[in-house]
Order: sequence, then structure tokens, then C-alpha cells
Amino acid sequence: MSIGKLSSWGRYPRFPQTGHGIGWRSELPGELARVSAEHGTLLPFGNGRSYGDSCLATSDQVLHLRPLDRFISTDWQTGIIRAEAGVTLDEVLRLAIPRGWFLSVTPGTKFATLGGAVANDVHGKNHHVRGSFGCHVRRFGLVRSDRGRLEVAPGDADGLFAATIGGLGLTGIIDWVELQLMPIKSSLVDVVNIRFDSLDEFFALSRELDGQHEYAVAWIDCAARGASAGRGIYMVGDHAPEGGLAYDDKPKLSVPLVPPISAINSVSLRVFNHFYYNAAKPGRHPGRVGYEPYFYPLDRILHWNRIYGPKGFQQYQCVIPESAGGAAIGDMLDAIAAAHSGSFLAVLKRFGDVASPGLLSFPEAGATLALDFPEHGDATAKLFANLDAIVRAAGGRIYPAKDAHMGGEFFRACYPQWTQLEALRDPALCSRFWKRVTQA
Amino acid sequence: MKNILIVGATSAIAAACARRWCEGGARFYLVGRSADKLRQVADDLSARGAEVHTCELDLNFLESHASLVREAFAWLGRVDVVLVAHGTLPDQKACEQDAELAIREFTSNGLSVISLLTHLANPMEAQGSGSIGVISSVAGDRGRPSNYLYGSAKSAVTAFCGGLRARLFKAGVNLTTIKPGFVDTPMTRGLPLPAPLVATPEQVAADIAKAMDAGKGVLYTRWFWRYIMLIIIHIPDRIFRKMSM
Ligand SMILES: Cc1cc2nc3c(=O)[nH]c(=O)nc-3n(C[C@H](O)[C@H](O)[C@H](O)COP(=O)(O)OP(=O)(O)OC[C@H]3O[C@@H](n4cnc5c(N)ncnc54)[C@H](O)[C@@H]3O)c2cc1C
Ligand SMILES: NC(=O)c1ccc[n+]([C@@H]2O[C@H](COP(=O)([O-])OP(=O)(O)OC[C@H]3O[C@@H](n4cnc5c(N)ncnc54)[C@H](OP(=O)(O)O)[C@@H]3O)[C@@H](O)[C@H]2O)c1
Repeated sequence: MSIGKLSSWGRYPRFPQTGHGIGWRSELPGELARVSAEHGTLLPFGNGRSYGDSCLATSDQVLHLRPLDRFISTDWQTGIIRAEAGVTLDEVLRLAIPRGWFLSVTPGTKFATLGGAVANDVHGKNHHVRGSFGCHVRRFGLVRSDRGRLEVAPGDADGLFAATIGGLGLTGIIDWVELQLMPIKSSLVDVVNIRFDSLDEFFALSRELDGQHEYAVAWIDCAARGASAGRGIYMVGDHAPEGGLAYDDKPKLSVPLVPPISAINSVSLRVFNHFYYNAAKPGRHPGRVGYEPYFYPLDRILHWNRIYGPKGFQQYQCVIPESAGGAAIGDMLDAIAAAHSGSFLAVLKRFGDVASPGLLSFPEAGATLALDFPEHGDATAKLFANLDAIVRAAGGRIYPAKDAHMGGEFFRACYPQWTQLEALRDPALCSRFWKRVTQA
Repeated sequence: MKNILIVGATSAIAAACARRWCEGGARFYLVGRSADKLRQVADDLSARGAEVHTCELDLNFLESHASLVREAFAWLGRVDVVLVAHGTLPDQKACEQDAELAIREFTSNGLSVISLLTHLANPMEAQGSGSIGVISSVAGDRGRPSNYLYGSAKSAVTAFCGGLRARLFKAGVNLTTIKPGFVDTPMTRGLPLPAPLVATPEQVAADIAKAMDAGKGVLYTRWFWRYIMLIIIHIPDRIFRKMSM
């Protein structure tokens, strides 16, 4: 399986991966041994929804887990399901929603696999209430080249549970995951959209309202300049109390080809951001929407990453600790404006203080900002260096799942636990990301 | 609620078909040779809401086919859908050196299907309803030097199904001969296939479900294989014999 080459979502850096498809759990130990004997090291690969190089193997040889997509058991009384690592969040929702269950935590794409969601300990719009994905993982199966097949539960003596959650695929191949789902009464979401005119206003809204809602996130107009800078839309949501339990299976649009140049430029950016901002009227506007457009607006266009053209794009996502406040976020927006750059989508959210079970998990209490930039070589590198300086000064850190640029020294300073992960790393596994940040 | 018999139920293509059929409500009688894999497929279909019974059997054991069919009918009652999916991709070079191996592979891909369908046809004919899908292959359309042992077995299956379809049609039973081209499954793992021509098991399953529903006689999946094979079967032999496809 896995005909053709695999790549990361940002399509930058460009290192096509050879996928060795896994169709049955029983094949894992053998394939792990075979590929590592032939190529030295390798890496597990889910569905390639990571942006940077954390899903790319140093050897460019990956075990492709996506075909491993069976459910193992489901208990619709308790909402506990066990499924193979290649099952996507969408496939979970297809079964769970009609039975009144939803993912306790979901990222902004439903095409991530369970294995990938654990390995990056992904977060969603309800981090302030439920923490990260790993908080809802009850146990998982792990296959290691040196220790064979293990079943790992919280509090295990080796520390493999904590190391694997947010462990970037380095502690072994996850072959199945047992997950606690969250009950819902409806697949619809009650939302309130509130326009704000400054970052201060955002932080005030967030402090006032986050605690009253399951979901909260903001979109920032990062093409706005001068007096409008820092404007955006703050959006809260809750699962509706009624309205039916319907899995959404609408046909999708697709970007069939990579255009020769990026369709994202300063003009299209400004136009999009302007209309997006003005689509929301001033004041507080309640509404009811389906879970699909609410959680996964980008998934409606398959392969949307191709619009950035052959050079690809990078995402920049950081978290700034609560104590540093909003100033650093304002400085970052200024730096982006000064570089005459801008992001198609800029997402701002305040993480809560629910601790993650993961050793190297990214979320911590504070504000997280995520931005997409078309890859422009030196110009992008320069902008990112400026942003890094702001993040560092504020005591923040960068999300490995989205990263393709962070320097090793910066990484080791923000994630001092990396040495513990390195000690538990499966000797047969290594990613381009890991090599870059631990050896350079 | 459909009653469905799947022979070779651990096949990736069969599993993708089964998941589609789950959606309308289904009871499955699954036959395969690996107990461990069968259980995994059964667990997955049960999680999707189906009622499942498994039967561990090597289909090359032809003597067991009569009782297999009897037991499947006993458990399912009426049989609405049958999918015959098992198969192997023989090592052509090895088969050229070992006639016993060649016969064994011919049994896996050809004789076992013919034997099974012979046992199955009579109760289906008596039942007077239902739809049978048999996975043959585009490889059966013309023997090619790279895999003519496999191709000849599939060719036998295709010819057998053509006749059986015409017989069962009169009884109200449909038979669809399914001819996949390249599909990304464990069977083709590691082969250097041209990516644009390779379908996913899900795409092929969608074609199969639609064709069986529509009572179609012969299905090429993906559709373009009909035209690729049309060209291949019309290459004159004096040219074809120089090729190594
Ligand atoms: C549109 C979009 C929105 C997003 N929104 C969010 C968001 O809101 N929050 C968030 O946190 N993330 C978000 N992401 C990132 C995405 O959720 C993560 O990168 C996720 O981990 C991708 O999962 P994947 O299955 O595609 O894994 P891949 O990208 O293929 O791999 C990710 C990592 O998991 C490892 N891995 C994969 N499978 C296994 C396995 N079976 N065993 C061990 N390790 C494994 C890999 O080695 C790699 O290190 C978003 C991505 C996109 C494209
Ligand atoms: N993939 C392609 O490109 C392609 C193209 C044309 C036609 N086909 C046909 O499609 C069908 C399904 O194949 P697939 O692609 O889904 O591959 P697959 O996943 O490898 O499925 C083949 C299945 O047949 C089973 N099987 C083989 N011999 C058997 C026997 N004697 N008794 C019981 N079970 C047996 C195998 O069981 P084990 O797992 O236990 O070995 C395996 O599960 C086959 O008939 C194949 O010839 C495939």
C-alpha cells in the first residue's frame, strides 16, 4: 500500500517520503525490523496533517499507518472506544455522532489519525475546559524495535505513557488507541460571534466569556494596519441542546493541482481578511451551525494546501505564557506588518491550565497564535527570526507539529524535558525535526 | 437489513465493500483462512453496527465447500449478497520452475472459485433472488508474460462467470464479474505501480456496490481499465510477443 510519495501538509521542506503501508497490526514488528535494517532509522506517519518536518523521517522512509483503520471495540454506554492508529477523527465521528458522542478534543482538521493526534497531543477550541487530546486517552498499544509489543496506560513505570503523548512518533509505533468520548445532545453548535477592535478587547472578552463556554477561539485580521490593527472576531460555541445527531457527509471541493505560483499574495490576503472581518456585524451575534463548518471549515476544500504553489508554506504557532500578557502578541502582529507580510488565517486562543499528561506537550496556560505564511525563502526566515525573538523574550515556545524552522538551541531551552524523551526514544525511529533540534 | 456472505473476507477490497454495506444494516457471514485477521475484520464491522459470524477456512480445501455453503445459508437464512474476493498474486517466475506451485496458485485463484460457485449456484437459483459479485481481474483479459499463471486462472473465472450469469439470470439472480485494475492493497504492496492508475480499495468498493445494485454483468473498476484492456487485447500477437508487459 501507499503508492506514490508522502509529504507533510506545508509541503515545505520538500523531502518526499517512501511509505511502507501497514494493513494489519501483526505486520508491525516485522516491518519495523525490515525497514530499519535496510535504512537505519524510520518514522511512523499518519495522514500527513503536520505542517513542518516532524512527520518526515531522516531516512525518508516511513511506516504508513493510515491504512490501519479498523475499530476494535466500541461501548456506546460509556463512550469508550478502541481503534487502530490509522483511524481518522472523521471516521470516529461517523460512528459516534449518531449515537450521541463527540471527540472530547478535536483539532481544526478531522483528517488527523488517532496515532497522529496522540503523537502531537493536539489541542482544540476547548483547551480551557478539557485540556489536550492526551487527557482523554485511556491507554494505547505500542510496538518498539527493542521491546516488542507493549500495552501502555497512565502511570506506567517506564514513563512511556507520558513520553508517547506529544512524543512526536519517536517512542514507538502506536498501533491502537483507547479513547474516552464526550456525550452530546446534538451535532449542531450554538455560537456567538463578537467583533473586537483591539487585542486588549480580545483579552477582556476572553477573560469574561471563555469560562462560560465549551469552545472559544478568535480570528485576527492580520492584514489590518494602523488604527485597525489587532481587530478580529471572537467566537464562542457550545453543543446545542437539541437539533438532531447527524454525521455530515457533504461532497467536498478539491484543489486538483499545484498551481505554478502561490495563489496567496498580499492582494488576495487583504481582500479575504477585509471581507471576513466585515461579514461579522458589530455587537454579539448568536447563531446555530453544523459541527462541520464550525470545527473543520478548511476540510471542506480537499488539498487546500496546494494553493500555496510549488514552494509550499509554513505555519508559525507559538504560545505566550499568561504572565507575559498580550503585549507579545501585539509585537508579533507589528513585526508581521513591518515585514509587509500577512497570514490568510490567523487564529488566537487562550489555553487554560488543564495539565497535559504528555512529557513534551505544547499547550500551557497562555495565549496561542497560529499563522500561515507562503514560503518565500530568506524573507520568511527573517520574519520568523524576529517572531522567535519576541516569543523567547516572553518565555513562550513553538509548536513542533507546525514547525520547520526553530533552531536547536531555542527548542532545547523551551523544552528541557527533551532529554527524557531522547532517553526513551526507540533507537529505530528518528525524524528530520528531531535531528534538526537536538543535533544542531 | 441485508444478509451477506463474503468469501475471502480479509481482503482489503472485500473489507471496504463490507463497510459500505454496513450503512444500510447488515448481517455478515465471513469466510477467511486466518482466524486472527477474520476476528479483526469482524470486530470492525460489529463496531459499525453489523451482526457478524466468522468461519475459518482455507478455500483451497475444496472438499469443504459443500458444507460451507450449507452452513452459510443456515446462519443467514435468505442470502441477498455474495462477494467472492479471495485471491493471491503468484510469483510468476517461481511458477515457471515449479509445476506443483503453479497448480496450487491456479487452485487459489481459479479452481477454488469455480468449485465454490458450483456449490453456491444451486441454492441461489432455488432462492430465486440475490446478487453475486465475483472478483476476477483485468489480468484475465489477456495472458501476459509477467503474470500469465494468475491471468489464466482469472480468465477461467471470467469465462465461468459469463456462463453462470446467463443461467442464473433466468432465476432472478444477478452475477457481476468484477475486473479491477491496479488497487492499493496488501496484494500489490511493494510493486512499482504507476500511481495515477492505482485506485484505493474504497473507490473500487464504491464501484462494486453500485454495479451489484444495478445488476451490471461486467464491471471494470476504475472505469478506464475497459479502454486500457481494449487496447491490450487488440495488440497483434507478432508485436505482443516482443513485449514484456
Ligand atoms: C487544517 C488543519 C488544522 C489543524 N488544526 C490544529 C489544531 O487546532 N490543533 C492542533 O493541535 N493541531 C492542529 N493541526 C495539526 C494536526 O492536528 C496534527 O499535526 C496531527 O498530529 C496530524 O495528524 P496525522 O495523523 O496527519 O499525523 P502526521 O502528520 O502524519 O504525523 C504527526 C506525528 O505523529 C506521528 N505519528 C503518526 N502516526 C503515529 C503512530 N501510529 N504511532 C506513533 N506516532 C505516530 C508522526 O511520526 C509525527 O511525528 C491542524 C492541521 C491542519 C492541516
Ligand atoms: N489489488 C489489486 O491490484 C487487484 C487487481 C485485480 C484483482 N484483484 C483481486 O481482488 C481480490 C481481492 O484482493 P485484494 O486486492 O483485496 O488483496 P488482499 O487484501 O491481499 O486480499 C486477498 C485475500 O484473499 C485471501 N486468500 C487468499 N487465498 C486464500 C485461501 N486459499 N483461502 C482463504 N482466503 C484466501 C487472503 O487471505 P490472507 O490474508 O489470510 O492471506 C487475503 O485476505 C483478489 O481476488 C485479487 O485477485 C486485486
